[in-house]
Amino acid sequence: MALDSSKTTGFKYVGTRPNRPDGLDKVTGRAKFGADAYAPGMLHAAIKRSPHAHARIVKIDTSKALAMEGVKAVVTRADFATGLEGEFGDILENVMAGEKALYDGHAVAAVAATSALIARDAIKAIEVEYEILPHVTDVDAAMQAGAPVIRADAADASVPEGLHPNVVRYYESGHGDVEAGFAEADLVVEDHFLTEATHQGYIEPHACLGTLGSDGKGELWCCTQGHWYVQKVCAACLGLETSQLRVTASEIGGGFGGKTTVFIEPVALALSRKANRPVKLVMTRSEVFRASGPTSSTSMDVKIGMKKDGTITAAQGTFRLQGGAFPGAPCEMTAMCAFAPYDLKHVHQVGYDVMSNRPKQAAYRAPGSPMAAFAVESVIDELCGQLGLDPIDTRLKNASREGTRASFGPTWPRIGLVETLEAVKAHPHYAAPLKKGQGRGISCGFWFNHGGETAVSLALSEDGSAQVAVGTPDIGGSRASMALMAAEVLGIPYEDIRVTIADTATLGYNEISHGSRVTYASGLATIKAAESAVQKLCARAAAKWGIPEDAVYWEDGYAKPSGPNAGDFEPLHIDEITATMGATGGPICGHFEATPEGAGVSFAAHIVDAEVDPETGKTSVVRYTVVQDAGKAIHPTYVEGQFQGGAAQGIGWALNEEYIYGADGRLQNAGFLDYRIPVASDLPMIDTVIVEVPNPGHPFGVRGVGETSICPPLAAIANAVSNAVGVRMRQLPMRPSRVLEALESAADG
Amino acid sequence: MSKTHVTTKVNGDEVEFLCDPRETLLDVLRDRLHLTGAKEGCGTGDCGACSVTVDGRLVCSCLILGVEAEGKEIGTVEGIAEGETLHPLQQKFIEYAALQCGICTPGILVATKALLEKNPDPSESEVRYWLAGNLCRCTGYDKIIRAVMDTAAEMREAS
Repeated sequence: MALDSSKTTGFKYVGTRPNRPDGLDKVTGRAKFGADAYAPGMLHAAIKRSPHAHARIVKIDTSKALAMEGVKAVVTRADFATGLEGEFGDILENVMAGEKALYDGHAVAAVAATSALIARDAIKAIEVEYEILPHVTDVDAAMQAGAPVIRADAADASVPEGLHPNVVRYYESGHGDVEAGFAEADLVVEDHFLTEATHQGYIEPHACLGTLGSDGKGELWCCTQGHWYVQKVCAACLGLETSQLRVTASEIGGGFGGKTTVFIEPVALALSRKANRPVKLVMTRSEVFRASGPTSSTSMDVKIGMKKDGTITAAQGTFRLQGGAFPGAPCEMTAMCAFAPYDLKHVHQVGYDVMSNRPKQAAYRAPGSPMAAFAVESVIDELCGQLGLDPIDTRLKNASREGTRASFGPTWPRIGLVETLEAVKAHPHYAAPLKKGQGRGISCGFWFNHGGETAVSLALSEDGSAQVAVGTPDIGGSRASMALMAAEVLGIPYEDIRVTIADTATLGYNEISHGSRVTYASGLATIKAAESAVQKLCARAAAKWGIPEDAVYWEDGYAKPSGPNAGDFEPLHIDEITATMGATGGPICGHFEATPEGAGVSFAAHIVDAEVDPETGKTSVVRYTVVQDAGKAIHPTYVEGQFQGGAAQGIGWALNEEYIYGADGRLQNAGFLDYRIPVASDLPMIDTVIVEVPNPGHPFGVRGVGETSICPPLAAIANAVSNAVGVRMRQLPMRPSRVLEALESAADG
Repeated sequence: MSKTHVTTKVNGDEVEFLCDPRETLLDVLRDRLHLTGAKEGCGTGDCGACSVTVDGRLVCSCLILGVEAEGKEIGTVEGIAEGETLHPLQQKFIEYAALQCGICTPGILVATKALLEKNPDPSESEVRYWLAGNLCRCTGYDKIIRAVMDTAAEMREAS
């Protein structure tokens, strides 16, 4: 009989708020992040980068750098594997330019030296001859006839004929007849929206320490969201066997999607192989902005028809995403998320993935969804305003629920949007009066969430405590969640469990910490691993009692006979069984390896009050409430933290943050002074409401919470500002100059 | 290149080091003294992750040269706890989950400790403006501000 600990109520540990297990390390400064590793004989590396947005590399002369005292190795593209194609080929091309530099900041060479100062001096001594080519950085301009071609033949088979070669992927879906739907509407609103590229803005720059020998064996320490992926990519870029490279994930100083790919690790390993010494490579902040993976910028058109009673009759959206110099902008996800909250008879969405001379975009928390929500939820707000409808009642009237055919095809299982919207309506914030100069905005948001390849191993110690090895880097307290779930199944205290992030040599493949998958997938795997250990504990008890294994059950840390027929035995505590496990059959461990596919989608709705200063155009967020379906909050404090963090990043995206490119194609604001993320004095407290509509695909109902929280803010804040100033805000960020322009246009009215 | 000999005190202990005149205090703390609690988030004084005190004054250690530490008293996150007893701020940061990834935490602890020494009864606005030079990208600051306010209240009661 397989043990099944599935439940959605009656928890002892799950849902409590204990201190995180790594708390002490994090408040004393001893937690080791990417740049905190040192090795004997270690060299320091630096990367030479293109100052041009688009240029042919004619010649690289490294002789002067190599001749410098203390310089031990220089690498260029010639020091990496050849013949790579597809995903790995693109990553290598991004890690180190081949024939062309494709954006300002693209790596062209690298140096390892005995000190960081020497390495920095040495890259200045590398001479690169460029033939400058015409460039393009804007998404709409990159699609125009005559735009410079970033890379010929990069488009895949999805792209219809007749489009510019910079359009590299195309997505289209929907159902019904949108024209017929628009004809049924009492009001149709169509608008054009623009968003700028933003950066995840993790405070820890990319950092690694690599050692690689001529025997093809290597060790790599790095800050990453997924070290098995790093292992795979680095092995390909350097021509190694994957298993010969052991990768250890450091503590990670934020990622938000930006550390799901590879930028510098193959460079450190190539330098190490050449110098035969460990090499440390740390990006500067300016390099992080210029040469890691920001979001796509977008150009979007959305058209929605509505009846006077608030029924949406049809919806159509076109989403153009600028993804930098490589394919991969999330055009499908943007289009799929756009209308997901709504039950629509007629819907049609199109997405374009467009290349430009910018760094290759990377994931940023629900990639694509925040931008789509900005466009769609702005149009819904406009419709509600013009028809005099309540924004929550209107969304409730059209809300997706169990059995609804989703805008992109599937039929929704049990989802929690209606419960979320009802919680918004019941929240005191929704009915609170506004002051003069303030506006309120509402928005829904949607994210898929993800399962993915997962392996977890659990081992019991003689004293009845447990150690759990998981493969998903802990980016925001997940070790606490894993320990709570293991405690719940084993029936031992939370404090008796130690959770470790295993390296690639000690556990099977684990997909990246992305897609809000860690508490869902590693959590499910932890529960299953604990269940398999419990089954062995029960078997040991059964053997001791001389009764069948299935006549023993597990409760609250004890093996117990299942009833009077099983026999009359004193329950055996876990530590009584583990104390003698060496003599009763050997170590007791549990493990689980699978690709869980029951991830539960999640919806959120945010309420924002914004106040606009009419003299400066500066917007202040004065009140903010996040309502989101978590499925089940394993550690509610860290769930609240995810809600608050997503909202804060959304506030920055909506009001301040943007990549600014000059006419020369160079990034103008590659630092935290000019790329301004929200600081403590910019923000109010962020109120949270956790809705719990259990996900049937997880034993305890977990949906995953990390990403959905950034989906509504752009739209909610834009709606609040639009309602405050009386002008529809169609372009992000809503920086003061842009708000002033809106106020002036309203006055000219 | 010739190096400069520097004698200074870090967290109460006398230390000596040789450094290149171009090295920052942050470089020296991390690479020469192996005190990696202070982090480099930007190297330009914008993020506050490298916050330390120099003779009691809160500074970004990335904006000071190592040679300037001569004869000074430096305080870092490693010196906040007394033996095995955490500072009340450290304890509250754990209890309130005032950190997610934890990379900004050392700088924020050094900064808020300096605040509470200067002003034991700050308003929420005063805490927010004092911390405006310490970027946190994970938390939205909510739980950080609450942890600091509660620590201040508790320390006032205890004194």
